[in-house]
Amino acid sequence: MSEKILYGYTGLFDSPDSITHAAEKAASKGYKKFDVHTPYPLHGMNKAMKLPTSKLGYVSLVVGLSSALAAVLAMFWISAKDYPIVIGGKPLFSFPAYVPVIFEVTVLSASIATVLTMLLIFFKLPNNGHPLHGTEYMKNVAVDKYGILIQAEDEKFNEADVKKFLEECGAVNISPVYFDEEEINHKHKILEPKFIGFLLLTALFTSGISYLTLNKLLYLPPFDWMMEQEKLNPQSTSTIFADGFGMRKPVEGTVARGYLPYAFKGQPEAAGENLVNPLPVSKSVLELGQKKFDVYCSPCHGYHGEGESRLRGQFPNPPSLHSEKVRTWSDGRIFHVITDGQNIMPSYSTQLTAEEKWAAVHYIRVLQRALNAKESDLQ
Amino acid sequence: MSSIHNAEYQKRELPKKIQTIGLILFGVGLLAVILGYVQDSTRAAFNNIILYVFLASIGLGSLFLVAVEYLSGAVWSTPFRRIPEFLSALLIVLPFVLIPVFSNMSHIFHWMHPEVVSADKILQSKAPYLNSTFFIIRTAAFIFLWLVFYFFIIKNSKKQDASGDQSLTKKNIKISAVFMPVFAITISFTAIDWLMSLEPHWFSTILGVYYFSGSVLAGLAAATIIIVMLNENGYLVNGLNSNHYYSLGALLFAFTNFWAYIAFSQFMLIWYANLPEETFWFLQRWEGTWIIFTIGLIFVRFVIPYFGLLSQPSKMNPKRLLVMSCWILFAHWYDMYWLAMPNYSKDGVLFGWIELGFVLFAIGLVMLLFNQLAKKNNLVAIKDPKLQRGIDFRL
Repeated sequence: MSEKILYGYTGLFDSPDSITHAAEKAASKGYKKFDVHTPYPLHGMNKAMKLPTSKLGYVSLVVGLSSALAAVLAMFWISAKDYPIVIGGKPLFSFPAYVPVIFEVTVLSASIATVLTMLLIFFKLPNNGHPLHGTEYMKNVAVDKYGILIQAEDEKFNEADVKKFLEECGAVNISPVYFDEEEINHKHKILEPKFIGFLLLTALFTSGISYLTLNKLLYLPPFDWMMEQEKLNPQSTSTIFADGFGMRKPVEGTVARGYLPYAFKGQPEAAGENLVNPLPVSKSVLELGQKKFDVYCSPCHGYHGEGESRLRGQFPNPPSLHSEKVRTWSDGRIFHVITDGQNIMPSYSTQLTAEEKWAAVHYIRVLQRALNAKESDLQ
Repeated sequence: MSSIHNAEYQKRELPKKIQTIGLILFGVGLLAVILGYVQDSTRAAFNNIILYVFLASIGLGSLFLVAVEYLSGAVWSTPFRRIPEFLSALLIVLPFVLIPVFSNMSHIFHWMHPEVVSADKILQSKAPYLNSTFFIIRTAAFIFLWLVFYFFIIKNSKKQDASGDQSLTKKNIKISAVFMPVFAITISFTAIDWLMSLEPHWFSTILGVYYFSGSVLAGLAAATIIIVMLNENGYLVNGLNSNHYYSLGALLFAFTNFWAYIAFSQFMLIWYANLPEETFWFLQRWEGTWIIFTIGLIFVRFVIPYFGLLSQPSKMNPKRLLVMSCWILFAHWYDMYWLAMPNYSKDGVLFGWIELGFVLFAIGLVMLLFNQLAKKNNLVAIKDPKLQRGIDFRL
């Protein structure tokens, strides 16, 4: 069996002032390895013990600042870079909206980092044995006494001297604390059946409660008041109207915002004569036309308008856009085909706005000119 | 055992120069105020409103601190509770401060004009609350209520100096408990009446809390300035030390953060919802040179006091605490100016001898009032049962 080793001498005091004086004396006497234990934190104790300023604050500062920065970058990445969606007409990077997130992330990570650093680095967890555990001294200082402990490891430690010193300070219950090498270094098992059983029970309990709350309780009256509202959902029937439809038709002749009725439906010739391309020929217009042509026209007409369809014969190939007929058509006539459709080609009005159609017409002219250049183009 | 302090308080006369300087400031200020009213009565009346909300802040904030001490049973502030008690005497002055405003009201509040109201649907629906009669009744009733509580609490506290009767403390606890809800409601409606109704179309449900946070800061800062100066020169009891200073500084720091929290909440919700009937108030404060003043508010009222009071020594060192309290009191005036003045001077910040005159008037008034009360009364509640524990207070 291993021997009992002396850990240190302890003494108890009755008031915060007396323990502070004792700590001052111990520090000025040159003791380095001593500690005080009080039921609650005493301001000014670090000064009395001549302790250097704690380094823990730097951990909070560094973690707090870096997580604030991380929160800014994360919010920037999420809402302005990776998935930019305009919300409420705000700029993609709108700082005021991020402030609560930055604040929460900073506070949370700084406090967790501070506590974990304190436990893991300063308190050296998971080392869970300590000579003071279970001593009468510890029971006292946890209730209403103020205790001082001078460790045997201290260079100036000398049993008789320390005893005398504590007596001079006015301590009571002066007693030595011993420990057992084996007992101290004994690592308690974390994966005990009792502990695992408790963890499992906790997990079962919390998930069960969450399941019942979210899936059962919220569907029972009166907690379902958010779900069961006195309103009509889309596509549902109504008892108010005679026809039973919950959704109402707009008034006859209603026109949607931004919608212009097409005046030349079924009148290709009139459209060709009357409609004029309102767009100027410019780089941006042609680029828009190319984009729309490549997306909507090229699957059948081909990228060059020669009818080189990519549909592998599932539809009959359309005639070339470079024919004499199409080249001599007016812009309005082509616009009419896109708007109203022709033969097997459907209308593209739902896919393309008027502006996009006119831009596509300009682009078709570019394609035509490329295959049938004029004499003047070659010079 | 615990060190023995000398709780015996020797009353000393305050130096004569307080009265002299107070009189000079008050006189110069009063002259500027009168000349201001002669030259530009609307501008002077706006300044008068700032003066009113500023003095009401200090008075009400101080009375709140006194009541909180009674209610929470705090001991650390008992040795210098007299200072906020004296400062809350500003409530007596409030009706006199308001007289010139009442004679110029229609220049300030455009909801007081019947022809404006009849042409404005929103003002019509607000008319049951926002009308001259009810406005004056409200203001008078609030000041009356404050004075009632002021007289009862202060009278009991002074009585205790002579009799040492401990039941007076219990009485004051009961009065303070009644005062709290009255205080909460009246201070909110004061902010609504005198600050929000300058722009009757605008509304912000948090403005009352905003004004409350600033008021506590103002009362606390004013008290801290006086406490530090008196204690450093030995006019208070022996034994007040860095523990007491630290507590004052920590409370100032806490309410600085509280103000920032409330101010940002007000801004962010209005900014997020983006409703034109709310945002225009901030846009007014974004116009011309106001933009600098508005951004300056963040630094003056939050960033500078925050870093100024963050470290432990800054709260324990009397000099640094004094500087920061002066700054916070200035910041409160800055804030009140920011709330009221853009309604008068829409193009930009306006600061001239009229504004300066009102500030000098306020400082002189507080000095004279304090000097007068300090002559008649003890600066320490000498027979308060909590006094010795307050002196022995350790963090």
